[in-house]
Amino acid sequence: MGFIWFWIVAVMLAAYVVLDGFDLGVGILHPLLARSESDRQIMLRSIGPVWDGNEVWLLAGGGTLYFAFPALYAAAFSGFYLALMIVLWLLIMRGASVELRMHIDDPLWRSFFDGLFFLSSSLLAVFFGAALANVIRGVPLRADGYFFLPLWTNWRVGPQPGILDWYTVIGGVVALVALAIHGGLYLAVKTEGDLQDRARTFVRRSWAVLFAITIVSLVATIAVRSDALANYSAFPLAYAIPIVVIGSLGGMLYFCRGKTDRRAFASSCIYLSTMLVGAAISLYPRLLPSSSDASLDITVQNALSGPYAMRVGLIWWAFGMILALVYFVVIYRMFRGKVTLEGDGYGH
Amino acid sequence: MMWSSDKSFLMDALLLHRLHFAFTVIYHYLFPQLTMGLALLIVVLKTVALVRHNERYNEAARFWAKIFAINFLIGVVTGIPMEFQFGTNWAQFSRFTGGVIGQPLAMEGVFSFFLESAFLGLFLFGEKRLSPWAHWASAFLVFVGSWISGFFIIVTNAWMQHPVAYKVLPNGSFEVTSFWGLLMNPWALLQYAHNMSGAVITGAFVMSAVGAFYILEKRFDEHARIFVRVGVIAGVISCATQIFPTGDLHGRYMAKHQPAAVAAMEGLFSSQAGAPIVLMGQPDETTQSIDNPIAVNDMLSFLIYGTTRAEVKGLDQFPRDQWPSPLPLLFYSYHIMAGLGTYFVLLMLVAVFLLWRGKLFDTRWVLWPLFLSFPLPYIANTAGWMTAEIGRQPWLVYGLIRTSDGYSKNVSAGNTLFTLLGFMGMYTLLSILFILLVYRTVSEGPSASAKQRSAS
Repeated sequence: MGFIWFWIVAVMLAAYVVLDGFDLGVGILHPLLARSESDRQIMLRSIGPVWDGNEVWLLAGGGTLYFAFPALYAAAFSGFYLALMIVLWLLIMRGASVELRMHIDDPLWRSFFDGLFFLSSSLLAVFFGAALANVIRGVPLRADGYFFLPLWTNWRVGPQPGILDWYTVIGGVVALVALAIHGGLYLAVKTEGDLQDRARTFVRRSWAVLFAITIVSLVATIAVRSDALANYSAFPLAYAIPIVVIGSLGGMLYFCRGKTDRRAFASSCIYLSTMLVGAAISLYPRLLPSSSDASLDITVQNALSGPYAMRVGLIWWAFGMILALVYFVVIYRMFRGKVTLEGDGYGH
Repeated sequence: MMWSSDKSFLMDALLLHRLHFAFTVIYHYLFPQLTMGLALLIVVLKTVALVRHNERYNEAARFWAKIFAINFLIGVVTGIPMEFQFGTNWAQFSRFTGGVIGQPLAMEGVFSFFLESAFLGLFLFGEKRLSPWAHWASAFLVFVGSWISGFFIIVTNAWMQHPVAYKVLPNGSFEVTSFWGLLMNPWALLQYAHNMSGAVITGAFVMSAVGAFYILEKRFDEHARIFVRVGVIAGVISCATQIFPTGDLHGRYMAKHQPAAVAAMEGLFSSQAGAPIVLMGQPDETTQSIDNPIAVNDMLSFLIYGTTRAEVKGLDQFPRDQWPSPLPLLFYSYHIMAGLGTYFVLLMLVAVFLLWRGKLFDTRWVLWPLFLSFPLPYIANTAGWMTAEIGRQPWLVYGLIRTSDGYSKNVSAGNTLFTLLGFMGMYTLLSILFILLVYRTVSEGPSASAKQRSAS
């Protein structure tokens, strides 16, 4: 049961990264790719009807995490207190900037929200990447199952790390670059003309950075957690994951060059999900490892809710997910195709 | 006492965690109450438009959809911190209760948020792509989603007020023992009915206020009359159901299961047969009496037990460490809620009578209070929630976990104050943006939005 719920939560969070990832990416690219007010409007419209639904995966995933692993939720959310509060503020600013920008047709008003949209999207990407790196690196758990991390200490990976250290910053940079490219490929699918060309050019030029930083992050992970590959040694089949990661990276560049944008975007989706699945395989059965003493790890076994709740949960969760998938298919079909400035009264 | 005497003001972590949650949740709930109330009223407008082929009602719906969108956004972005705060600020509580209330919270995400967010996009941006019926359906599903969301939150709160369907595991945490038992908690059903009726009151007052404002200003007359008509009819129904049956039943159930809270709400320090109801006064905890009381004898006994001679338990029946605190705030919250609720029903009865006689739109002395009263339901709903939440003290989960045992002991007072101030700043900014945009929308009026839509 713990195994199933571990993967349920992991898949929901991966769905969040893949889906909200592209609209965060559009935010990161907003000042880089948009040259005119109509470019900016098209970029915002490309995510307008879907960003809110994408963000729901974070809430639903978080709620499911709370339900399935209350001890993890309690320890992680209080221990990463400051980082999570900053994430909340960024989510608030980002939501406001996407939705309020179009309400007043004034250059200053719009510039203000453009800036806010870019800043909040970029910082969110960095924080999410750093958050994952924190979980992989481990935290100084105490015997009572809690910990508290300041935002930074001495930037070293030691027994008393901060939320930001050199390793987690690498994680943040990976997320920033990966989501920017993810957003660029989404824009290549959803737009036409110059904007589409600029999106493709951005992906081609920054691809090497992503490739390099991905390799660096994998090496750094093995350096920081010597046991990172333990599960891989036990199940050698799992080595398929890093191969798919590299393959999907290649696919992003190949398909982007060939202007088959949908395939390039699909490659990016595979890249993000396999990076996350790879991390999850490395973690299991740990949910939040201790940075000093493995006996203090929060694991699937010691954090799982009671058996009745978990059994019944499977039923309603599966039912709810089928509904959610239906909604997503309806919405994405309804708003499929290239974004244009005509029609629909989107924007006021 | 809210903070222990050896700690100076705003240095006590428990107090700060309480203020943190209180501030963010009170602010947050200003928005969903309108979302839920307005969602229903927009469905009403769309239904009339569809059934009677009346384009004015469609324009009215479009106007309210604009306000709905802004309001919904602020509700969403201020709602995310609520789910996070269970873990960030109330970690010990979350650790023990996640196996129970994690279920409704996760279900809210899975069953409500996906539905709401998907169909809100269709409702706001899809009118041209959808048939009138499909657009009506998207409005209806947004309404359903927001009301389901409210239900799961009430189930969560109701379990804290009146824990049911749980057992204690060996490690001291709680596990749900019955899926339906948790969802069908009688407390939840009563509280839900009372709460949703309160949300409709907010929607009805806001809608009739904008209508009354336009009529008094002599602008957008056709739309204004629709707003006032729909607002007043929805208002009189919801204001009535707020008192009877929902408020009445909820109050009796509370008297049975949280007698200390009811005694404190009513300011009843000593038990007595033929207990009076205090309409106004200032409770004094040291002398255990009410200063300057205006009271109706025997009334409290009658309201709770249906007979004037029944004995009502006073606070003297409960150990001092189980008195809700801060007691005077509980007393005032309850009285503000009940007092405003009475005013609402009177105003709406007068308005609906005049509407029926065809005189409302010319009766300025009623249009003025209809216009000016829109902030009051927000105050009444907030006061109602404060009654529920302070009434539950000193418990976080009634009878099971004390508030002082539930907070995140690993998060210091300094860090908590830092983020509390951060939220205050952030929400000040949001308030300014919200008021600015709603003001612009209201001054542009429904005709402007109708024109803009057809031009685009």
